[in-house]
Amino acid sequence: MNLDKKLYTLKYSPDTESHLKPDFEQCKLCITKCCVNICPAQVYEWNEETQELIVNFENCLECGACRIACERQCLNWQYPKGTKGVTFKQG
Amino acid sequence: MLKRENKTDVIIVGAGPAGISCAITLARAGKEVILIERGLFAGSKNVFGGAIYTQATKEIFPNFETEAPIERRNIEHNFAILGEEDSTTITYRKNDNSSYSVIRAKFDRWAAEEAKKAGAYIVEETVVRELIKEKNQVIGVKTELEEYFADIVILADGVNSLLAKQIGLRKDIDTKDVALSVKEVIKLDNQIINQRFKLKDNEGAIVEIFGGPMLGMLGLGFMYTNTDSVTIGLGITLNELAENNYRPYEILEKLKQHPTIAPLIEGGTLKEYSAHLIPEGGYKKIPKLCDNGVMIIGDAAMLVNNLHWEGTNLAMISGKLAAETAVEAIDKNDFSKKTLSNYEKKLKKSFILKDLKTYRELMDVMHSRKNAFLCYYMKKINAFFEMFTSVNGIPKKENYHKFIKSIFTDRKISELFKDIWAIVKLLWSILI
Ligand SMILES: Cc1cc2nc3c(=O)[nH]c(=O)nc-3n(C[C@H](O)[C@H](O)[C@H](O)COP(=O)(O)OP(=O)(O)OC[C@H]3O[C@@H](n4cnc5c(N)ncnc54)[C@H](O)[C@@H]3O)c2cc1C
Ligand code: SF4
Ligand code: SF4
Repeated sequence: MNLDKKLYTLKYSPDTESHLKPDFEQCKLCITKCCVNICPAQVYEWNEETQELIVNFENCLECGACRIACERQCLNWQYPKGTKGVTFKQG
Repeated sequence: MLKRENKTDVIIVGAGPAGISCAITLARAGKEVILIERGLFAGSKNVFGGAIYTQATKEIFPNFETEAPIERRNIEHNFAILGEEDSTTITYRKNDNSSYSVIRAKFDRWAAEEAKKAGAYIVEETVVRELIKEKNQVIGVKTELEEYFADIVILADGVNSLLAKQIGLRKDIDTKDVALSVKEVIKLDNQIINQRFKLKDNEGAIVEIFGGPMLGMLGLGFMYTNTDSVTIGLGITLNELAENNYRPYEILEKLKQHPTIAPLIEGGTLKEYSAHLIPEGGYKKIPKLCDNGVMIIGDAAMLVNNLHWEGTNLAMISGKLAAETAVEAIDKNDFSKKTLSNYEKKLKKSFILKDLKTYRELMDVMHSRKNAFLCYYMKKINAFFEMFTSVNGIPKKENYHKFIKSIFTDRKISELFKDIWAIVKLLWSILI
């Protein structure tokens, strides 16, 4: 089963502004781009053409893994606002 | 200190098992307590395996076995060692009530209602962004909209505890001290679950999974049965994922396809996918547990016994012990670090710090010898049973000799000695 189908089972109330703010200049220097692989919701994608990190913050599961693993420790990571983000019905 | 409006005895941040247990204990003692939770309701941001443990849960919620939204009563523990294709499983079965499977979105919500009934005030959909300090003392919290003040603030904000970090009680977590877990709840007919897991009525089973797609990784898988669904998931140390570019959900997909696991979930439909971190640092990574006006409980204090999948019980009891300390402090009107450090003393006397101390060397040994204990020997266990069960015309003695020889040829003798030494040292640290 692909990840999109998995994420489709979740209830989200997305904000208009991202709660995940990497320092995009640091991302350009980052060698591993480990956030791209570890994120369980594939929030991060590396765009080879524009050399930029894409952040699909609406899919975030709020686990915190990227914050801890970020190679350059450059992720300004906050919880979404109280009324926003993911709601687990099972958990 | 100035007398302020909206000031209360205690503010607790986070309505997981730790925060709720702390709140209910304080409310029952007649103290004024506000419990602040960022989710839509308590439980709506929370993920676990899992099982709650009767002894600890009863200590906080004496009525939970009849009142709480429980899924199944666990009567069977399976330890499944998966090879690439084969597996060996040990099953322990006993018809008792030592643990129950629950769904956190339902259980935490129920527990928070109980705290409310006892008199705790619960504020939902509110994120605490910062702690307010005055003269080296925590005196309140800042949310998105308001400031709340209290004599004591208790941090129950879970594994990420940004707040403990903010006030310097905790350092940033190292990637090797935390596991990332992904999990799926798969809908299956009640009768089918009972047939596949050899259960009746509301009996439940637990499967702890070693190896398979996690061979050689510091990771474990798990399965739990709910009333009309089965949970399957795994947790892998974050440094392992980051260093090897693994995608956690891809490993979970492989686990679901393993020939031993696939028949258990066949025909099910995915109800929900989720992810969460698990503290894995153990005893050596416990942060400072209190300071002037503040205490830390549950996952925020890294109180998890990962070998036994115990977390909720440590969370609940640490919450209760912090509440008891807060009651003493309120009665004395003294909220200094010195008075609040009684919480640490209580933790030390309880099973919580004793158990974590018992396993203090476990994770270091596992990190340094994971290829041995989480790959080589697991494969050997399956190889042994493959040899033992094969009927192929080869005399048994030859089979035995070949198997024993393989142990010494497949791994360097010096490594075997190191393995034995590691086990001896580990057992020494656990038992002595
Ligand atoms: C995959 C997995 C399987 C597990 N299996 C088991 C098991 O089978 N049995 C077991 O006993 N334990 C298990 N555990 C461990 C267990 O879930 C935890 O130890 C336990 O939930 C810790 O409780 P807590 O109250 O400390 O933290 P949490 O349950 O994480 O609660 C923290 C709460 O704080 C809230 N919060 C966080 N920050 C803020 C903020 N700034 N403002 C407001 N609110 C905030 C969160 O929304 C959350 O509700 C498992 C854990 C995982 C991840
Ligand atoms: S790991 Fe950190 S620095 Fe690297 S790409 Fe991701 S966010 Fe940027
Ligand atoms: S918090 Fe978790 S789910 Fe959200 S972006 Fe980071 S790794 Fe992905």
